[in-house]
Amino acid sequence: MKPEAQKETISVANLPQEGFLELDQYIETTAKDESVLIHVLHKAQSIFGYLPREVQLYVGRKLNVSGAKVFGVVSFYSYFTTNPVGKHKINVCTGTACYVRGVEKVFDKFKELLAVENGGTTEDKIFTLKDVRCVGACGLAPVVMVDDKVFGHVKPEDVEKIIQQYREAE
Amino acid sequence: MNKVRSHIMVCGGTGCIASESDVIIKNLNDALKKQGYDEEIDVIKTGCFGFCGQGPIVKVHPDNVFYVKVKPDDCDEIVAEHIVKGRVVERLLFDEPITEEKVKEHSRMNFYKKQYRIALRNCGLINPEDITEYIAFQGYEALGKALTDMKPQDVIQLLTDSNLRGRGGGGFPLGRKWGMAANNASDKKYIICNADEGDPGAFMDRSILEGDPHSVLEAMAIGGYAIGADEGIIYIRAEYPLAIKRLEIAIKQAQEYGLLGDNIFGTDFSFNVRLKLGAGAFVCGEETALIHSVEGSRGEPSIKPPYPAAEGLNGKPTIVNNVETYANVPAIMLKGAEWFNSIGTATSKGTKVFALAGNVNNVGLVEVPMGTTLREIIYDIGGGIVGGKAFKAVQTGGPSGGVITVADLDTPIDYESLKGIGSMMGSGGMIVMDETDCMVNIAKFYLEFTQDESCGKCTPCRIGTKRMYEILDRICSGEGEAEDLHKLRELGEMIKGSSLCGLGQTAPNPVLSTMEYFMNEYEAHIFDKKCLTGTCKALAKYSINDNCIGCTACVKVCPTKCITGKVKEKHVIDQDACIACGACYDVCKFNAVVKP
Repeated sequence: MKPEAQKETISVANLPQEGFLELDQYIETTAKDESVLIHVLHKAQSIFGYLPREVQLYVGRKLNVSGAKVFGVVSFYSYFTTNPVGKHKINVCTGTACYVRGVEKVFDKFKELLAVENGGTTEDKIFTLKDVRCVGACGLAPVVMVDDKVFGHVKPEDVEKIIQQYREAE
Repeated sequence: MNKVRSHIMVCGGTGCIASESDVIIKNLNDALKKQGYDEEIDVIKTGCFGFCGQGPIVKVHPDNVFYVKVKPDDCDEIVAEHIVKGRVVERLLFDEPITEEKVKEHSRMNFYKKQYRIALRNCGLINPEDITEYIAFQGYEALGKALTDMKPQDVIQLLTDSNLRGRGGGGFPLGRKWGMAANNASDKKYIICNADEGDPGAFMDRSILEGDPHSVLEAMAIGGYAIGADEGIIYIRAEYPLAIKRLEIAIKQAQEYGLLGDNIFGTDFSFNVRLKLGAGAFVCGEETALIHSVEGSRGEPSIKPPYPAAEGLNGKPTIVNNVETYANVPAIMLKGAEWFNSIGTATSKGTKVFALAGNVNNVGLVEVPMGTTLREIIYDIGGGIVGGKAFKAVQTGGPSGGVITVADLDTPIDYESLKGIGSMMGSGGMIVMDETDCMVNIAKFYLEFTQDESCGKCTPCRIGTKRMYEILDRICSGEGEAEDLHKLRELGEMIKGSSLCGLGQTAPNPVLSTMEYFMNEYEAHIFDKKCLTGTCKALAKYSINDNCIGCTACVKVCPTKCITGKVKEKHVIDQDACIACGACYDVCKFNAVVKP
């Protein structure tokens, strides 16, 4: 799924200031030009969780790249997101192997139980549900990744248990 | 140093780690300690064994016993029985699907018997996080030989003679590519490894990088020497965290051992490798798009020529090869062109790694000589279709390839033969589909993928794939019209002929090839408003036949409560309220729910 447009405007003041410090320190160690743009955006997303316009402009100024160029890159790659995401990212693999093994029913179950569409975040901001391109664990198809943990051979009836497991930890 | 009498190898690939192979390693170590064997038995975390469907895999050396589907709780038993008492734990052995016998050694398993491993030679054999293990298996010997005994043109000549072709899809001869870059004089050249494995259903590159990262580094350094480059870049998907970690470790160790860096092997050749992370874009597998992404831009392809071998990264001569291609290079350098030529078919030499997945019993990575037939791969190695269902088709080449039907199962596979039957080698994804898979829906699935991944630079691909997807979506929702078939074919040919890069030029293939072989399914969707397999929900009308004994199991699972009937009497589905979810079909034990 291609990234959606940013839904709300965020004031830089509302973003954690120590995040910008951390980002500055990282940029200190890199070249100051376009070639490191994707690397820096990866870092920024790992710090803030997402890349609102304000962060994109900040990165652009630091690397001497235009805001349009930064946005062009952010909107091109599916790994980047411009909207806040939930605490846990549920990525449902939609690679061919998983598709053939019936991942659609699993995906539908997640949508039903979390009451969100693809790309959506639950109201309590705990989960973001998203499809993801093949994670390369085709031997375990259908596969669901929650953050970095891979769940294999997932059946629709397992979905509730997976969600519950993370809800309880809250 | 303690004398180790036995090694327990535990698979540390992504698949097996997902099934807790990390915990297995810990439990094995704990159990060994408890029994007092921790000094004579070593537990090693290896790369992928390839038999991912049976993971986690534990192999005991030198007894050569191969345990499958091991759980953390099994570790005490393995140690107490196998290690202490020398008795094999029968229940953890592999069950051969056809003969239904337990098999102890991997060399006797049908899955491994027909395989010939060159690119995967060290996967599952060595600890990928320890450079000394790679060196013990002749690692970096090929680089040493190249640097000290051979001139750059000798290296290129040897690889040209070997007839190694690119394993990423196109099949371009490696020697020729390297020769072109070597002849282009420049103050700076680059060697790039394409590890942006985007083909859904292919995972050989990930497994090689996780299981044998040094073989890729060594090959890149050989390439650097051959064309005169001092910088290597591995462009890798951010979705592969484990492969990234193992590569980082490998690069660091190689630098410490002086196998990367300045004056390698005391010569004046210097070479360094760094990683560049992708950010999720299928089109970046195309070499010019990949180079733009490395430069920090949107990964859009550009017109060739100029080819990257002339003008690539930062306008300098650049070689882009895929992971599997590189993994072949050190083996060829050591064993020679003649050896490599003795394997394979007339036009395609060596082996190819396929990621066998979908509805096949033995899911995993298989490396077979070129010229092996699909029947051997699916039935002998793959153990046939899950649940004994009938084979329908296999898709090779992912979203760029096509389907191969039962009629072509005996075709020996190589680059040319696959093209001849309307598919392509691609990166080696091989998705097996059975009688329950709807081919129109599969075509729609691939088009949904390509239209989403189209970068949007050229019109035929950006708009054409979208239109094709819309037509397919309409057909699957029961709104297809007769002229749609004509439109699909016309659009498909046009997109193939006029797109800028490989993504667009091959995007219509899944549609055109399913139309070629499964026209009856398209026609059933359009004219009879029927999906023969019941996959397309809008066309699926479930009903209950006389087998129904009134057990009420279907009533309980129906989410819309549209099934009615008394206990022990035949039930009825209200077609208006039915959403065709198929839950009743799945739950019925009496074959009483019929798919359309």
